[in-house]
Amino acid sequence: MTTEGPARGGLEFTPRPGAAPFLRQVAAQASMEARLMLRNGEQLLLAVVIPVIVLVGCVLGAHRVGIDFRNPAVDVFTPGVLALAVMSTAFTSLAIMTGFERRYGVLKRLGSSPLPRSGLLAGKVVALLAIETLQVLVISLVAFGLGWDPAPEPLGAVLAIVLGTAAFASLGLFVAGVLRAEATLAAANLVYLLLMAGGAVVLPARAYGAFGDVVRWLPSGALGDAMRDALIDGRTTLLDLAVLLGWAVVGTVLTARTFTWE
Amino acid sequence: MRYGDKVAVDELSLTVERDTITAVLGPNGAGKTTTLETCEGYRKPQRGTVRVLGLDPVRDRADLLPRIGVMLQGGGAWSGVRAMEMLRHVAKLHAHPLDVDLLAERLGLGDCGRTPYRRLSGGQQQRLGLAMAVVGRPEIVFVDEPTAGMDPQARRTTWELLKELRGDGVTVVLTTHYMDEAERLADRIHIIDHGRLVASGTPLELTRGGTTATIRLVVTRPFPPGSPDSLRVALGAGTEVTQLDERSLLVTGPADASTLARVSRWCEENDVLPESLTLGQRNLEDVFLKLTGRELAP
Repeated sequence: MTTEGPARGGLEFTPRPGAAPFLRQVAAQASMEARLMLRNGEQLLLAVVIPVIVLVGCVLGAHRVGIDFRNPAVDVFTPGVLALAVMSTAFTSLAIMTGFERRYGVLKRLGSSPLPRSGLLAGKVVALLAIETLQVLVISLVAFGLGWDPAPEPLGAVLAIVLGTAAFASLGLFVAGVLRAEATLAAANLVYLLLMAGGAVVLPARAYGAFGDVVRWLPSGALGDAMRDALIDGRTTLLDLAVLLGWAVVGTVLTARTFTWE
Repeated sequence: MRYGDKVAVDELSLTVERDTITAVLGPNGAGKTTTLETCEGYRKPQRGTVRVLGLDPVRDRADLLPRIGVMLQGGGAWSGVRAMEMLRHVAKLHAHPLDVDLLAERLGLGDCGRTPYRRLSGGQQQRLGLAMAVVGRPEIVFVDEPTAGMDPQARRTTWELLKELRGDGVTVVLTTHYMDEAERLADRIHIIDHGRLVASGTPLELTRGGTTATIRLVVTRPFPPGSPDSLRVALGAGTEVTQLDERSLLVTGPADASTLARVSRWCEENDVLPESLTLGQRNLEDVFLKLTGRELAP
């Protein structure tokens, strides 16, 4: 039954099954997801362009209207814009991407490959962290250009980014798991806009007056305030980090209970 | 297997031998995909046992997955991913993948390697799906409707590839609702309908049907009512008459000249004008019709 010759082109199908080492699978998955996210125009807009516009707009705008903070405007807004960037990637981009992966059968297809579910999740996390690193780099460069002079507490900032990523990513997966792809797209963008405007990400929670006591318990407010504390005052605020951890636990439980792969 | 109240697959018992091509044949909605997905571990049967390579597809999923290749009926790739990028990605998840360039060339995907998935034609998507199923050098490949929507050239390429897989020691399990596909490719065919196995055998066993032959009678105008019964009476014992549609009948009976003569005489007596009278071996389509009472083609 075997036809030898040029038609076969040297292909041998003799079985030699086996899964690639776990870390190599995770690396492949992470690089694939990161590339796809960066290739997508809307995602790139969300990841880099909007945060940079917000940063430049707020800094210039603060000069014009003469809002007076204790610190220079760029020092106040940059940590918040970094928080916004984390939120856009870990929540909105991840939810949209995962929603369409379910819709197009990508998760189902990968479900029959040697990549275990833990590997898929790890790949997503690594991709998120890689994109966030890129975002932090770009936004920091722009901020330095605007005269940013941080007093950083690196551990506090890194912890805030990691816990914020965990909180938003678990909530994003929850949304992607329960809604259809189009509804996920709409909901993830809407939540992003609402939190950007009223979630104490870019502006400190205390700028919202009495409402600030509510929004500081949102993941957006906790992440924004944790970043500001770490980069303006050089402090690590355990309460904000605990709030983020709490949201990560809630999101993970919700996702684990509801997520379906198809 | 049930979905809600609907029983999709019931009391289906079949075995697949190694190094063969096995076709699961049936009309749309017969339970073919459910059967396959149960073998692939996507669905857990409510009752019964499934073993693939001796493993339980749900419990031993992690051990089984590297050893099987799966081609889904559609989708399975990001809409923005390039064809070769997707194939390379799946290859990287395996320890000893095939050479992706050779494989793509073999399946005629060489020209569309940089094309995003959403812009591939249906046939190209199918071939990419097949490439993803075999790239990890599996022991078994499960392919669901592999040639649906393919042009004749691509169908032949796919058939050749499936035969080469078998030649190299890969077991192929495919579902199809194409008779010719099952007849040409498969070593063994399982016909299922309404989630139940209605017949199993080699193509020859299924079509041979002993010493009987078939006569397919097509007439110019619709048959008068009661025709099948009156023809059966005219032909006597040992024959069966099945109405295929309003202008064609299938006679199954002894393969001799007198049967043919009686059919002609019956036509004359009943004032029907034959358009064609074909004497031949049963084909799978006839087998299927006889077993299930309905046509296979969707």
